[in-house]
Amino acid sequence: MFVTDKILPELPAPQNTKGIVHWLKVNLFSGPVNTILTLFGLFLLYKIVPPAVQWVITDATWVAETRDTCRGEGKGACWAYIINRFDQVMYGFYPADERWRPNVAGIFLVLLAIPLFIEKTPKKAWLAGFILVIYPIIAYFLIRGGSFGLVPVDTNKWGGLMLTLIISFAGIVTALPLGVILALGRRSTMPIVKSFSIIFIEFWRGVPLITVLFMASVMLPLFLPEGTDFDKLARAMIGITLFQAAYIAEVVRGGLQAIPKGQYEAASAMGLSYWKSMALVILPQALTLVIPGLVNTFIALFKDTTLVLIIGLFDVLAVVEKVLSADAAWLGFHTEGLVFSAFVFWIFCFAMSRYSMSLERKLDTGHKR
Amino acid sequence: MTDAQANTNEEFAIQLINMNKWYGDFHVLKDINLNVKEGERIVICGPSGSGKSTVIRCINHLEEHQKGQILVHGEEITGDVKQLERLRTDVGMCFQHFNLFPHLSILDNLTLAPIWVKKVPKAEAEATAMKYLERVKIPDQALKFPGQLSGGQQQRVAIARSLCMDPKIMLFDEPTSALDPEMISEVLDVMIELANEGGMTMLCVTHEMGFAKKVADRVIFMDAGQIIEENIPEEFFNNPQSERTQLFLSQIIDH
Ligand SMILES: Nc1ncnc2c1ncn2[C@@H]1O[C@H](COP(=O)(O)OP(=O)(O)OP(=O)(O)O)[C@@H](O)[C@H]1O
Ligand SMILES: [Mg+2]
Repeated sequence: MFVTDKILPELPAPQNTKGIVHWLKVNLFSGPVNTILTLFGLFLLYKIVPPAVQWVITDATWVAETRDTCRGEGKGACWAYIINRFDQVMYGFYPADERWRPNVAGIFLVLLAIPLFIEKTPKKAWLAGFILVIYPIIAYFLIRGGSFGLVPVDTNKWGGLMLTLIISFAGIVTALPLGVILALGRRSTMPIVKSFSIIFIEFWRGVPLITVLFMASVMLPLFLPEGTDFDKLARAMIGITLFQAAYIAEVVRGGLQAIPKGQYEAASAMGLSYWKSMALVILPQALTLVIPGLVNTFIALFKDTTLVLIIGLFDVLAVVEKVLSADAAWLGFHTEGLVFSAFVFWIFCFAMSRYSMSLERKLDTGHKR
Repeated sequence: MTDAQANTNEEFAIQLINMNKWYGDFHVLKDINLNVKEGERIVICGPSGSGKSTVIRCINHLEEHQKGQILVHGEEITGDVKQLERLRTDVGMCFQHFNLFPHLSILDNLTLAPIWVKKVPKAEAEATAMKYLERVKIPDQALKFPGQLSGGQQQRVAIARSLCMDPKIMLFDEPTSALDPEMISEVLDVMIELANEGGMTMLCVTHEMGFAKKVADRVIFMDAGQIIEENIPEEFFNNPQSERTQLFLSQIIDH
């Protein structure tokens, strides 16, 4: 028999199970190999980070009239090179007087998109639908002009970050639905639909994007009737869209395959038609499952837009690489151009990645057991 | 039943006439003949793999039969898409694994088909849904997601979901066999209540013999793709005719 009437006091946790010293000991210096690796890592960081920070920030030149200001002993990056011609980096050869139009389109998009991130917005689906379907049309007429009293601006004048964003946005908005249709087609029981989808997907997945772009800009006009002038940007966008749709189709198909048969059966046993059960039951689940794969494809698409350079369209990288560096008064700032473009792309890709993670977390609650 | 053909009239909710089905070369269902009257409650039992689920699933055409006829309310099922969609609004089905839609709240699970198939206004569909959730005794779970409910609750939601379509026929495919013992009775209670209300034709694959004794008008025993025996529950359990039925009953009662 055992009885006690002593009440034990609460003691603080032993020192070595918490605190930074303990963490360091467990994670960085837990053995000879680990210690050597840690020291080597620290040495590399010491060698790389301070010089990089110096070059990018502390020693950099932000304002300069001529290139000489940037040059000299102990000078870092010459951001003035980019800043002086920032308009061109943003808009390419889009006429300066008309740049308010893409600006308005951009601000409009941001304003439309903000409510999507607010929890309590009613009718989010309609808003999203508007952004995906109606907005691109409005934005096109605004930026392209030629109607409603707006001066027409040919698409070959479009450029810079604006062009990159336009191609990516239009590409994602059109390639996603197309990819979904192809994925459904590939799983169809109708032999013609099925084989068409398979052939389409396998064809586009099998050719490099560069060939697609070349074909779109060089070969496609040969097949079109004489005199039809088909916009170069449109051709490039069609090529990119079809190419990405094939990838998206395979990602989505993976999601469709992961949905248990019972879901399909329950939906059809309730009298839902094929399209309704897909739209209301299967796709919402399948697409949620494949968000990581989809975002991966979107990021790839975003970066692949740089290839339009080879058919003579000037996206942000092309402007920096070809236009800015051709300026005889500012020769020799190649590195700055590349670092800047890499940074721009990284920002957007990182944002997409973060957004997809938050979306995943949000949509997950319904599935948790 | 040689005169089955002549009996095709509206008084039967379901008629299976010489129905045969194959999975590839495997003959799953052999000459199934069954007439189910309007409002009749039928329990189907039999050993695993005997084709019980397949029969049920052929009736709402989740599986296709290759020979013979299936008539629902006197109308032969042809597999025509439009006909099927109409038919399925009249025939509700509950599955062994519930098959609730995990991405939708309970309420949305219940209102989905009424809104999108029957075009019922949303407010009305929600009111109906709440009515049925109350009948299956879980109105407080309406805003949760299926993944947050116990198995028994999920199956009751699944039953309510079918009822929301106001079906004339309900098909149950082993609604309690995926449940823990303590949850079986809560689901059976709901089904017994439903059966006792009358008016609805029920076809239920189950091994719950207590349920069969309480509510079934007829019990059907299947083995190896055939209907072996069919009788009123009292006779079926107390005086089984075929040897296979006797064996089956002795097995499920023994353990
Ligand atoms: N999709 C299929 N393809 C091939 N064979 C199948 C398929 N579905 C079922 N079968 C076979 O058909 C037979 C009947 O299956 P069914 O599911 O109808 O049996 P059951 O009586 O419901 O059995 P249980 O009590 O285990 O649910 C089984 O032998 C099964 O293996
Ligand atoms: Mg079964």
